[in-house]
Amino acid sequence: MNVTLTINGTAHTYDLEPRTLLVQLIREHAGLTGTNIGCDTSSCGACSVHLDGEAVKSCTLLAVQADGADVTTIEGMASADGTMHPVQQAFMDEHGLQCGFCTPGMVMAASSLLAENPSPTDEDVRIGLEGNLCRCTGYHNIVKAVLTASGADQ
Amino acid sequence: MTVLDAPSAIRPGTLGDSVLRPDGTAKVQGSFEFCSDLNAEGCVWGATLRSPHPYARIRSIDVSAAWRVPGVLAVITADDVPGQANYGLIVPDQPVFAADVVRYVGEPIAAVAGDDPEVCRRALAAIEVDYDVLEPLIDAEAALDPNTPAIHPDGNVISSQPVIHGDRDATGDVVVEATYEVGMQDQAFLGLEAALAIPDPGGRGLEVYVATQWMHEDRRQMADCLGLDPESVRLVLGGVGGAFGAREDISLQIHTSLLALRLGRPVRMAYDRAESFLGHVHRHPATMWMRHHATADGQLVKVESRMVFDGGAYASTSEAVLLNAVTQAPGPYRCPNAVIEGHAVRTNHLPCGAMRGFGVVQVCFAHESQMDKLADACGVDPWELRLQNAMHTGDTTITGQVVHNVAPVEECLRATAALPLPDEPVGGHPRADGSADVMKTPGGAGRTTDASDVVRGIGWGVSMKNLMYSAGFDDYSTARCRLADGVVTLKFATVEVGQGFVTLAGQIARSVLGVDDVVLGRIDTQVGSAGSTSASRQTWMSGGAVAAACRAVRDRLFLHVAEQHDVDPGQLEIDGTDVRDEASGWRIPVVDASAGVDIDETVEYRHPATEPLDENGQGDCHVGFVFVAHRAVVDVDPELGLVKVVQIATAQDVGRALNPLSITGQIEGGVAQGLGLAVMEEIIQTDGIIRNGNFTDYLLPTFLDMPDVVATLIEQPDPLAPLGAKGVGEPPTISSTPAIVAAIRDALRQVDGVGRPLDRVPVRPADICLPARASASSTTG
Ligand code: FES
Ligand code: FES
Repeated sequence: MNVTLTINGTAHTYDLEPRTLLVQLIREHAGLTGTNIGCDTSSCGACSVHLDGEAVKSCTLLAVQADGADVTTIEGMASADGTMHPVQQAFMDEHGLQCGFCTPGMVMAASSLLAENPSPTDEDVRIGLEGNLCRCTGYHNIVKAVLTASGADQ
Repeated sequence: MTVLDAPSAIRPGTLGDSVLRPDGTAKVQGSFEFCSDLNAEGCVWGATLRSPHPYARIRSIDVSAAWRVPGVLAVITADDVPGQANYGLIVPDQPVFAADVVRYVGEPIAAVAGDDPEVCRRALAAIEVDYDVLEPLIDAEAALDPNTPAIHPDGNVISSQPVIHGDRDATGDVVVEATYEVGMQDQAFLGLEAALAIPDPGGRGLEVYVATQWMHEDRRQMADCLGLDPESVRLVLGGVGGAFGAREDISLQIHTSLLALRLGRPVRMAYDRAESFLGHVHRHPATMWMRHHATADGQLVKVESRMVFDGGAYASTSEAVLLNAVTQAPGPYRCPNAVIEGHAVRTNHLPCGAMRGFGVVQVCFAHESQMDKLADACGVDPWELRLQNAMHTGDTTITGQVVHNVAPVEECLRATAALPLPDEPVGGHPRADGSADVMKTPGGAGRTTDASDVVRGIGWGVSMKNLMYSAGFDDYSTARCRLADGVVTLKFATVEVGQGFVTLAGQIARSVLGVDDVVLGRIDTQVGSAGSTSASRQTWMSGGAVAAACRAVRDRLFLHVAEQHDVDPGQLEIDGTDVRDEASGWRIPVVDASAGVDIDETVEYRHPATEPLDENGQGDCHVGFVFVAHRAVVDVDPELGLVKVVQIATAQDVGRALNPLSITGQIEGGVAQGLGLAVMEEIIQTDGIIRNGNFTDYLLPTFLDMPDVVATLIEQPDPLAPLGAKGVGEPPTISSTPAIVAAIRDALRQVDGVGRPLDRVPVRPADICLPARASASSTTG
């Protein structure tokens, strides 16, 4: 079946088996491998992308559910001139990553959180990102990065 | 986290500076290629058939139906392994594919290749295996019994190691004993196992991209089983999404390679999370009886212990894990006498091997619990007792080895005690509107805890950990440094798993050579071995190798400069980004001095040799040790058995802080894993069958579980370490666990004056809230 959607500003149509997950469409059909798969039980958030501006775990959606939607992945976060999104920059600056496997999902979830709540507290960030797991950092530098980015947004 | 030591003025990018990751930009932009992202022209997928039984005889395997699945390209079993049938890190005891017996749930039996993962799934389902299901051996103690039938041709005992030191009959005025248990923990790296194998034309070799920890050891085992020369197996590191020990053993490397060689085309394999739980080794569950003897005022006299580590079905690194455990059984304390007996055995559980802390995590939970018991029995404060017994440089371990390292146990204890306690009130700060902040109470958003029930406790944990490989292993690392026109290129096979060696390598080169631009070559087997990224060894070992290679290049640069400018090469030094003549003060920028030169040096760094233990477990078996103290503050709901870890304070012996930012990252991440073992994480197996092999049921610490961490780094450069620095990866995980459990015990004692033994981790709600079980422990004296 056909699924038509916009990914990072470009329209695509794919002929897919109905069981295809959105994350499979993104990684295998669109070839955008920045979105990671860490669990396949919607527990880790490594697969987070924006669907019509809101963070979703792309392993929990069928590709057909994104038909007609506007999807942004980590590859679409930098501006056209290559400038990193403030959340990306803050993850770099605050050492909010080690292996970096959780990072794209964290950046997507965090930027969606900031869009909703531009000046969150430490606790708002923790509650907002609780669905994203990181096994390396112990989370503190990620929280710091999100708070730094929120300052940069203002 | 707050690190309370301010760095002094340091040239940006050099040692001591909090340099950011060179791969950070790619990682935040999603362009960093993890192994699971790799693909190649004409690549097909592979998948593995695994045993559903913990123990069974294979009567027959019929793959004919699998071949009939449309899109299937290859089906292989044990018959298709051209080289050695078995592999293993220490002994080759694990079949590439089970042929006659399966010994754990998840053991590989066959592999298939097909056009896509769905084809592979159908093909696996079509393979018919006829099993004669046997009674699994799941009791590690029973495995030790010589009357128990062996589940493996090598027998059920993988390794036994005594340590007898001093007067084995010594006794103390005060004696405390108990039996402790540690559950099976999963490394739970986020980036799942993946590999891409690309065969050479003609099929005589191949290139394999893999996320691993030890390139050359993988290559050795792969070459043996593939029946190829090691040189024909070229490994390239695929981006690694965390490791924590789980990638030290072979998982899908050989299977992927066999399929690729068979087909003559690229094959990739990738595990999902459920398969990952079956496909890599875990932290050994252990049962440890310990009896501590002390003088009436709390001076350790003797430690006795008998410990049994459940290695699961295959040996992996069990022998080395056990060695760490028995040799460090008393912890970082002076202990004149010891009688220790340790065993690692085979069962039909999932195989166990390396995980952060490697054997020391288990004994640390036991010895620190014992120190608290001893403090209690002697009427001494737990912190005082530890201070009183703390090991110092020059002391002797229970293997008779003199600790030549810097051993700042006392400093770690004092510095941790000086760190501020949390200002958070018991049960958490109320919200601005006065309502209780449920996220700060035990159990969080379950909202069932009544803040007025919450009790706070404080506990201590202190640990020592051996660095590098032990017991006579020829442990070395190789690095190549090239200086051409002011640009340094480094090449090594040191695996970057996220720990930050790629950051450190650049810092070393900038410091030693006075350059700004450092290029890192691809991490592969086209240079000598770097050994494993484990045992907190790469800062010391590969750091030592990179530093030595850079110094060799620098010395040749000095000769060149001396010749060109008629100065004495012996008087030259690097000062900032200049070469400087100490005698005259004359200087020339390194960039200019190296114009037109091309210097290339490869160096192998070896640490001082160690020796195997003798029959009494005596000998200089370890290279060196690192130390750390943890203080945990927890809030407990004793009625519901819920715990919120409020704060971890820690002072860690780092030798020299080469990258404070990177160290704090290791500390915070390590503490999270220690917390996981203390109160959350355990792989549950019933009759040999895993019950929670997924991230819904295997609980990992989240943003909300993570306590505040206050840390201070104890910087006493270690003269034995090439850069003065010790590895930092493992200590944060080791004693944070017992500190948290001690804090829970402390809280519970306040409730009824007795508390609970909590002699098992992870501590479960039922251990906290049920009436105290008859304690397995006793106290006299
Ligand atoms: S892969 Fe989607 S939540 Fe883990
Ligand atoms: S940085 Fe490795 S999982 Fe988050």
